[in-house]
Amino acid sequence: MNPITAPTFEWLQLAPVLVVLLAACLGIVIEALVPRALRFVSQVALFALAAVVAFGFLVVSWNEPKNSIGLMAMGSISLDGPTYLMWGALIIFGFLSLLIFAERRLGNGNSSFAASAASVPGSPAETEAGVARHEHTEVFPLALFSLSGMMVFVAANDLLTAFVALEVMSLPLYLLSGMARRRRLLSQEAALKYFLLGALSSAFFLFGIALVYGYTGSFDLGRINDAITNPVYGAGLLYTGMAFLAIGLLFKIGAVPFHNWVPDVYVGAPTPVTGFMAICTKLAAVGATVRIFYVALGAERWSWQPLLATVAVVTMALGVVVALTQTDMKRLLAYSSISHAGFILVAVVGATSGSLGQLTSFGSILFYLVAYGFATIAAFAIVTMVRDSTGEVHAISGWAGLGRKNPLLAGIFAVLMLSFAGIPLTGGFIGKWAVFSAAWRGGYSWLVLAAVAASLVAAYVYLRVIVTMFFAPPAEGVTVGRASGLTWVPVGLGALATAWLGLFPGPLLDLVDAASIFIR
Amino acid sequence: MTFPWLTFLGLVPLVGAGVLCLPVKQIARGIGMVFALLTAAVGIGVWVLYAGGATLTEKAAWIPAFGAWWAVGLDGMALVMVLLTVALVPVVLLAEWKLGGRGRWTPQAFFALVLALESLSLFVFMAQDVLLFYLFFEATLIPMYFLIGGFGGARRSFAAMKFLLFSLAGGLVMLASVIGLYVWSVRLTGTATYLLSDWTQLGVQLAQDNPDLTKWLMAGFLIAFIVKAPMVPVHTWLPTATEEATPGTSVLLVGILDKIGTFGMIKFCLWLFPQASAWVAPAMVVLALISIIYGAVAAIGSTNLLRLVAYTSISHFGFMVLGIYTFTSTGIAGSVFYMVNHGFSTAALFLVIGFLISRRGSALVTDFGGVQKVAPVLTGVFLMAGLSGLALPGMSSFVSEFMVLAGAWARQPGVAAVAVLGTVLAAVYILRMYQRTMTGPVTPDVERTFTADASTREKWVAGPVLAVILLLGFVPNIALNVINPFAQTAMEHMSVVQVADPKPGEEAK
Repeated sequence: MNPITAPTFEWLQLAPVLVVLLAACLGIVIEALVPRALRFVSQVALFALAAVVAFGFLVVSWNEPKNSIGLMAMGSISLDGPTYLMWGALIIFGFLSLLIFAERRLGNGNSSFAASAASVPGSPAETEAGVARHEHTEVFPLALFSLSGMMVFVAANDLLTAFVALEVMSLPLYLLSGMARRRRLLSQEAALKYFLLGALSSAFFLFGIALVYGYTGSFDLGRINDAITNPVYGAGLLYTGMAFLAIGLLFKIGAVPFHNWVPDVYVGAPTPVTGFMAICTKLAAVGATVRIFYVALGAERWSWQPLLATVAVVTMALGVVVALTQTDMKRLLAYSSISHAGFILVAVVGATSGSLGQLTSFGSILFYLVAYGFATIAAFAIVTMVRDSTGEVHAISGWAGLGRKNPLLAGIFAVLMLSFAGIPLTGGFIGKWAVFSAAWRGGYSWLVLAAVAASLVAAYVYLRVIVTMFFAPPAEGVTVGRASGLTWVPVGLGALATAWLGLFPGPLLDLVDAASIFIR
Repeated sequence: MTFPWLTFLGLVPLVGAGVLCLPVKQIARGIGMVFALLTAAVGIGVWVLYAGGATLTEKAAWIPAFGAWWAVGLDGMALVMVLLTVALVPVVLLAEWKLGGRGRWTPQAFFALVLALESLSLFVFMAQDVLLFYLFFEATLIPMYFLIGGFGGARRSFAAMKFLLFSLAGGLVMLASVIGLYVWSVRLTGTATYLLSDWTQLGVQLAQDNPDLTKWLMAGFLIAFIVKAPMVPVHTWLPTATEEATPGTSVLLVGILDKIGTFGMIKFCLWLFPQASAWVAPAMVVLALISIIYGAVAAIGSTNLLRLVAYTSISHFGFMVLGIYTFTSTGIAGSVFYMVNHGFSTAALFLVIGFLISRRGSALVTDFGGVQKVAPVLTGVFLMAGLSGLALPGMSSFVSEFMVLAGAWARQPGVAAVAVLGTVLAAVYILRMYQRTMTGPVTPDVERTFTADASTREKWVAGPVLAVILLLGFVPNIALNVINPFAQTAMEHMSVVQVADPKPGEEAK
């Protein structure tokens, strides 16, 4: 009988994930033990502390590459440059989103979340909870759980770990989507839709894992790659498995034709949650997709590149064209997020490694995601600030004349829109430039042309918002709410980062360039 | 390291724009003017340095991961465009001194946007790195968009959007080309770079290895510049924009920004793709002729003074493009000189029309009549500006138009013959406009609304511009001494395709 060896676990290197996970668990303990009045403050302090500590551990490990690059936790987590960068981005964006979660001044002391999400909308129980000023402080640990799932998802070196991480990341999000304070039926509908479709896509993903396992005999990304390069069987099983894996991942990215949930969920979910999903979920899903497709399925790239290229074109086209007709700001941002998924896929398709001092595909994808992330977090924070007597104003017509009411905020929003549109002097422009170059280098010049065409339509979408804000007569009854620093920090930081990345993208590009090698 | 004069030149107006973002309501216009004049002074200083043979080129790493550089420098064409820009901006600010604002669209915002635009345009002309050029090329659209959309007439929002979408469409096509060329530059040379100087040989080599691709890449650049310069059939945004925008904005748009189109044709299409440019030349000559004639005919048919000037500009841009694509050093020099002269002559025309409109409250030709009796000074200025527009000898535009035609004649006399029609039609549209608005009996409305002739401020706007036009008309060598060597260099670039200046007597081949 073989002796049982204890599994090894690299505590220090994996500390960033563990800290976030631990903070989430502590958050639950706070819910149970701390008096109601103190819960909110303790939760906010906890997640802020967790973010700082996790980021600190990240920096420590990053500065000691000798011990901290490699396969960890018995080969199920792969710590490499991309993982560190993704973790860093996830922690920063997660922290900024959670700040918006914690904003209470905008709603006169109420957060964006329902006082009692379990009560039937319109029922006496709901009114009572509102009067008693109950609040769901569980949102913070839920978001932290989700964040820890995302961090494992982008680092997972075997498909089973990836699946578990996917579920850890998704389940809290389903719940968070249903907790909006206003328009609660819409929010609950969104949560249900998201859950049903999300569960379906997870099932596809799991089935894909099974088929790929059947073909390769392993969950490990490196071994899958080995099996593909030395094929034993016909590839039918592999192709089917690959397609199912792609479906699961593209669903989370929000790519057409698996995008149907995006508009409804983005609109229904509380705006801070939408912001969190728009950045962190997308980042995690793209990160995992790139890892799985490059590391495990890289040898089969001739089969998946044309497929993903088609998906990219359709996603960009549908995203921008449907965004043209939107009258609701959150829906517009949802379709915008779909189109950005398409632009990111353009670079994924390129699949080039860095040579001759050029950026790798992953480097350009990550830069694009960071530029998009900063703009998105600020945009959703601003959405929470534009209000009338009943709450946030989502109708774009309600945003008319915002430039006259609050030139600073409207100016910032205009800069963010320009960044989404990829106009120079913003981070979005450099991001577009990077992903287009990556695609062309990978031999997909026609894809660049399609992306350029989509960019033009996209520009019109975002400019229409600017026109409404600056050139239309002001809408009645809509004001910019008096937000606390919790909202202003993401807004200000997002705007500054957007401008900074447009003017001086060098440092970040060097960073993503230096750390974009995946390990197997 | 020497003082970075060119960066300084471009940053002065930007700082001015920044200062105007502060609450300085009362003295905003004064501050704006000070910065505009300061920029002009620095611009003249740069001219002196350039003439003295100083090395002004600057180069510093900007985005190492891409191989993009903060590289600015001057050649003959860039210098004259820089001087045109720094000269026109103070004039425009003075002309729009009394601009009324709506809501947040105050004169202060106007001055700030103009200064920001000036800074970006200067960098466009000075950029020696293609990514940097593209960046500023696109960035100029934003302040111009707000200048049209914030300060124009009733349909200003539509006009601004139309302007922006046309320009963006062209720009995005160019983006694809720049990226493609970049990818090929890495493949062929093994280094990642966007420096124009590193790319000059690239296009030549690429044309030998892969001629079809080169044509496509060149076309990407060219389409952007055709939209920008506006040539028929993608010119329609220009009349809409000038009709809605304030005259000062139109001066900046037509006088400076549109020049990036012809500037780019020389600097990028000719420089980077000599073979492909020679290949496309016949089509461009035909397009230029169509623009010349169509613009002139449309100008004759225009009932709105501002649209009329826009159409005359389309005709004039036809001449500039003709000068470029007939590939003679005379034609190219004439074309560059035309870019300068057209800037001043359109400025004079737009601004004096602005003064007329501010009195009459209408831009329709039919709403004027007999103005010369009530406002003789304005009429005189209008006539001078108009004569400059029709290229009367003695005016600077005559010299450049003659050079373009001489260049075209040396290559293809038939083309020159058709183009000359444009000068005849120019006389028709200018004199007809003059006749219908200025001469004849004074209409009651004109009598009522024209209470005063040109004010001191208006004289200070028109005087310097007309003086420059006359000065360059009589002593064109001030500019041509700078432009001619540049045109020679351009022809050297074309020598790859065995295109050289035709020798006298050899013209009709």
